[in-house]
Amino acid sequence: MADSAADRKAKYQRVAYYPGCALEGTGHAYNTSTKAVGKKLGLELDEVENWNCCGAMEVKNIDPKVQTYLSSRVMAIASNQMHAATVMAPCNGCYHNLKKAEYDLANDAGSREVVEKIARKAGDEPYQAGTIETIHALDWIKHGVGEEELRRRVTKSLAGLKIANYYGCMYTRPRHIFPEKDQGKGTESTSKPHFMDDLLEAAGAVNVDFPLKTACCGGAHTLSDSDISTKLVLNILQAAEAAGAEVIATECPTCHSGLEMHQMRAEKRLGKKTKVVMLYFTQLLGIALGISPRALGIHENASQAIERMREKALA
Amino acid sequence: MRTLEEIERELDIAPPVQARREAACWMLGLAEEVLEAWIAVRGQAPTHEEREGFRLLALHHQGSAGAPSFNACRETCREIAYHYNLLSLDGSDGAERHLMMMGLLVRHLVLFVGGKMQVEGLGEFCCASKPLRAESATIA
Repeated sequence: MADSAADRKAKYQRVAYYPGCALEGTGHAYNTSTKAVGKKLGLELDEVENWNCCGAMEVKNIDPKVQTYLSSRVMAIASNQMHAATVMAPCNGCYHNLKKAEYDLANDAGSREVVEKIARKAGDEPYQAGTIETIHALDWIKHGVGEEELRRRVTKSLAGLKIANYYGCMYTRPRHIFPEKDQGKGTESTSKPHFMDDLLEAAGAVNVDFPLKTACCGGAHTLSDSDISTKLVLNILQAAEAAGAEVIATECPTCHSGLEMHQMRAEKRLGKKTKVVMLYFTQLLGIALGISPRALGIHENASQAIERMREKALA
Repeated sequence: MRTLEEIERELDIAPPVQARREAACWMLGLAEEVLEAWIAVRGQAPTHEEREGFRLLALHHQGSAGAPSFNACRETCREIAYHYNLLSLDGSDGAERHLMMMGLLVRHLVLFVGGKMQVEGLGEFCCASKPLRAESATIA
């Protein structure tokens, strides 16, 4: 039976935190801003001890069951050693992989067998499906705090800031590994996700109608055919600008760095300049909550985010 | 059948706002042509059926059968259909913006499908494209 809103709120006050590899590298500012916003909102994070890579796409493309093991190990530590009920992953790739591992272990005997075999070899206790809940940073703030409380805590409204919310392709796909979505009022939609829209609207922002919010950014083509990635990203940036956005809000380190890097590449290689800037949704929420831009890592963004925030008197 | 590059080049021509309905039909036709190309390279005959009143959505349904990652362009196709509907309505409020947006959506479809066709020969590629429980995975 699903938790009530109050139970879920209580459960999300303190969660196991799985930052994943990207948040220690290109997504450093996402890590900083997630922690800063959590602290400000009174939400606690316990980083998963001795966590490992979720298997990303590198392992998954070679052997999906090894990826299932790697992701399940993270859940096993959080569940068996830290006794956490919930693990929060802010990266779409990590979030997707943990959800996929959960699905595989619940539905596929072959995956269970492989995970048990590797876990035994490694001396770990294997993860048992259904013992921990994996959530995204959006779920954490949406259900752990909610728009109403967030609205009350805003000290520097994002009033008038026009935002296109970009969720990327992995936050909602494939649909069957996210059984909690598409369950009606208060749940996330896989075809038209809105949690980021809801939170930023509560912080005062104006969400523009952005039809490419779950479109492919070409991240997987970056190394094999950078030009396709650049064109796909350019199209997303142009669509955001055509929709009237000044900022694209992101909730994934890979999408975020892809948008920033290919924005520069589009200007260099294709002579196409776009002015929209990228900020993590946690950076935007942090500004609204009165946290300094430096503490949110906005100076680390590759696009002209800090300049845009200054123009809007938000930094 | 035209190449995707030719279709992409055609999208560089800005359609006239005065003929928004014709332009919307033209862009919807280009989007269908893109999906026809994807279905044809996979050795199938593109369907002429419709789903929810759109052949484009039926083609997407056909194109994603056995290719879960192709669902990554499902919402793009639905947005194309939505913008087509907006442009088909009476009144021209925002027609210029809707036309531009529909063009960007069709271009996204061209680029996405182009990328998918390119990597087809390389096997599963995109992280969302792996069948969830691939039979081939084994641990020695």
